[in-house]
Amino acid sequence: MSTMRRDFLKLGFAAGGSALCARFAFAAPAVTDARFVFIIQRGALDGLSAVPPYADPDYARLREQLAIGAPGTAGGALALDGQFGLNPGLSFVHEAYAAREALVFHAVATPYRERSHFDGQDVLESGLPQPHASQVGWLNRAVAALPAGATHGAELGVALGPNVPLVLRGPAPIASWSPTKLPDIDEDTLQRIADRYASDPLLSARLSEALATDRIAAEAGAPEGPSGPPAAAMISARPAYGRYTETVQTAANFLKREDGPAVAVFDTTGWDTHFNEGGTQGQLTQRLAILDAALRTFRDSLGETWSRTVILLATEFGRTAAANGTRGTDHGTGAAALLLGGAVHGGRVVCDWPGLSAGALYQGRDLRPTLDLRSVIKTVMRDHLGISARKLDAEVFPDRALSYLPDLIRA
Amino acid sequence: MTAESDAAIAANRFGLGARPGELAIVGTDARGWLKSQLHAGAPAVTADGLQSTAQILTGAEPILAERRAAQRARADAATSEDSAVATLAMRLPQYLRPIYLTECRARWRAALDSGRPLVERLVHFWSNHFAVSVDKQAVLGIAGSFEREAIRPHVLGRFHDLLLAVESHPAMLLYLDNQQSVGPNSALARRAAGRGRTLGLNENLAREILELHTLGVDGGYTQTEVTSFARVLTGWSLGGGKGPLASGTVGTFEFRSLVHEPGAQTVLGRRYDEGDQAQGLAVLADLATAPATAHHIATKLARHFIADEPPPDAVARIARAFERSGGDLPTVYAALIDTPQAWDGSTSKFKTPQDYLLSIGRGLDLPPENEPRVMGAFELLGQRPFAPGSPAGWPDRSSDWDGASELMKRIELSDAVAQKLGDRRAAVQLAPQLLGATLTAATRQSITRAASPSQALALLLTAPEFMRR
Repeated sequence: MSTMRRDFLKLGFAAGGSALCARFAFAAPAVTDARFVFIIQRGALDGLSAVPPYADPDYARLREQLAIGAPGTAGGALALDGQFGLNPGLSFVHEAYAAREALVFHAVATPYRERSHFDGQDVLESGLPQPHASQVGWLNRAVAALPAGATHGAELGVALGPNVPLVLRGPAPIASWSPTKLPDIDEDTLQRIADRYASDPLLSARLSEALATDRIAAEAGAPEGPSGPPAAAMISARPAYGRYTETVQTAANFLKREDGPAVAVFDTTGWDTHFNEGGTQGQLTQRLAILDAALRTFRDSLGETWSRTVILLATEFGRTAAANGTRGTDHGTGAAALLLGGAVHGGRVVCDWPGLSAGALYQGRDLRPTLDLRSVIKTVMRDHLGISARKLDAEVFPDRALSYLPDLIRA
Repeated sequence: MTAESDAAIAANRFGLGARPGELAIVGTDARGWLKSQLHAGAPAVTADGLQSTAQILTGAEPILAERRAAQRARADAATSEDSAVATLAMRLPQYLRPIYLTECRARWRAALDSGRPLVERLVHFWSNHFAVSVDKQAVLGIAGSFEREAIRPHVLGRFHDLLLAVESHPAMLLYLDNQQSVGPNSALARRAAGRGRTLGLNENLAREILELHTLGVDGGYTQTEVTSFARVLTGWSLGGGKGPLASGTVGTFEFRSLVHEPGAQTVLGRRYDEGDQAQGLAVLADLATAPATAHHIATKLARHFIADEPPPDAVARIARAFERSGGDLPTVYAALIDTPQAWDGSTSKFKTPQDYLLSIGRGLDLPPENEPRVMGAFELLGQRPFAPGSPAGWPDRSSDWDGASELMKRIELSDAVAQKLGDRRAAVQLAPQLLGATLTAATRQSITRAASPSQALALLLTAPEFMRR
């Protein structure tokens, strides 16, 4: 990262009078040490393959070649609780489950009941019952509701990657950062651009966020980096498909900092398995294995911060209970979700299983949801990040009172 | 608004960014300049080395055959030759990637050189509306030929013809898996069932046609109708194949009766008794002129050309033109051009990376030797050509593109371009030529006071009014 740019920052936009100055009034250090990471699985992950309900009497019939067998059978699931298993690609998650650091949720869904990816992701990220109801994400609202003094004071978030996903968008400002191979711009030119942007609220805000984040990124790489400056409340990343390792390592460096961000988001894609999804050896298993390996790297890179971390993995909706005609599955409803991390009170499958019999299926085709994903999220926000129930009901998930779930987070 | 600011809006918001001298060509009749672009022929692309989809996919056949043979050999052999198979697996992308790059460069050049930039922008608009994405390997070589063969010939024609060309193009059929979809009661499915194998539907194309290409997500269709429509579309496939499945010509559309679901289907309350391909043609004809389609297309056009959240009366006006003309696209575009809000002097659309790079390329008359770097710049700014990553295409709102990191990259890129060209492009003279009446006094002053020619150019390319259109 550019030393020059950091020097520039120290000057604090010396020209004065710039609207940018206020943003560099550096903040108090972190008070909270809890870390929350949301891994969005875009494309509708097949929960019945990620967490196969091998003991359900209808499962093998519906899934045909896609079915994953009971633990102990050839290519069978990794054992969980005697009813459900994990896809064979998820070996790290399985170890975490055994170490009581993973919770598995099944038959879970957002309030969205149609089957459009794009609307489904909108609801997953806004946290509201209808698509396109808001341009503010639930995680942005949640961070804004953190207890006073729990954040680092800086009005600042970091997105690792060019675009900020909806779940993080909102009034709490987000910066974004990603590595660039371009040469650094000289201070004088940058100063002049900043001056020109002073009368443009959007561009001046974005530029100041970018400059602040560059510094964090520079320091995140340095084990004995200079102390002080600001602290990101949020980070997000959209790594290229399958290339997660570098991103999780960078993110871990951000999260490990004492004054680092409380919240991070990763986008993952490749879960829309209409065609040739495969079973034990199939495409989906391979993709899950790539993600699983990245999760292991993430745990290793986080070091002792892992013990204070909760990772949520969730998707916009599930897939059809039956295999489709092209060895894949089409858009469905009920899905699976995971909580993972040292702060998770794990080792259980949390599920009110509706079954896969013809009468039990939602609209005769999908796993019927029995749990609102937002109950999981809301519980984590309260018990892990310490957000008050009052604020969660009033500001984060205002549309209806969602119940809390017991014992998701270690006391 | 004055005629002068109209010229800048015509060139920058409707066009792809002014070229030096373009505002003078636009003159005082900005609307007339735009409309005159709609009445010439279809916007073709010519460049050395461009091939048809059929040629490209035919060229891939020997590579695919060799790979299949190697996979069979590996399955037979006790000791596997993984490295040989892996080498073969690389050959397909090695074949497709240069084709992709040739297409990207041809598209870039066509946009830079176009004297009908509105039409070129419309090509990009429809290509994004009917998005295919090269992150699916099956599409890598043919996303460009898809745009040339399915979009360009119809961009100034009827929406119905555009829709048919798109939904029957190999790139769309492969991207949304329709060549795999089999009617559960089709001849092929019954034959397979006799051997204990189940073949059936894949809903992907049917759903995205309804949700993204025509009616829109709130267009009033149900899951049952998605499934019915998927049955209608069984058989819409590509030529090629082996043994009993061999039919048609590789790389071209082929209707396969063998996999078509027999019988009538009901879509949006209408029963379609037609057999075979005629059934799909009938449904698409109705979808092409449905009021929900008119509203959906009008909304997207208004969002692209007027504002992130377009005024409802502007949408209604464009939708009405669509409905009354039966989807005659030049009539629809003319209604858009005549919408008063499109000429609001405040620049209201934040440029996408593609908009931004094209406006730099046109404004600075960037010579061809820069093209390899330009492709890198698209990737760096987050909009690799033909790679929106989802069938919904690239998003079209400011908040999708105005991230802090992205802004910093635009600044650094502008600075790098300015370092290279600053001594040959005088920003002081260029600024009024590119921005016309939308050039602000503040930007003019910052350029005039710059410490060097390259700094002046960087200040022009990063100016707030150059970031928007």
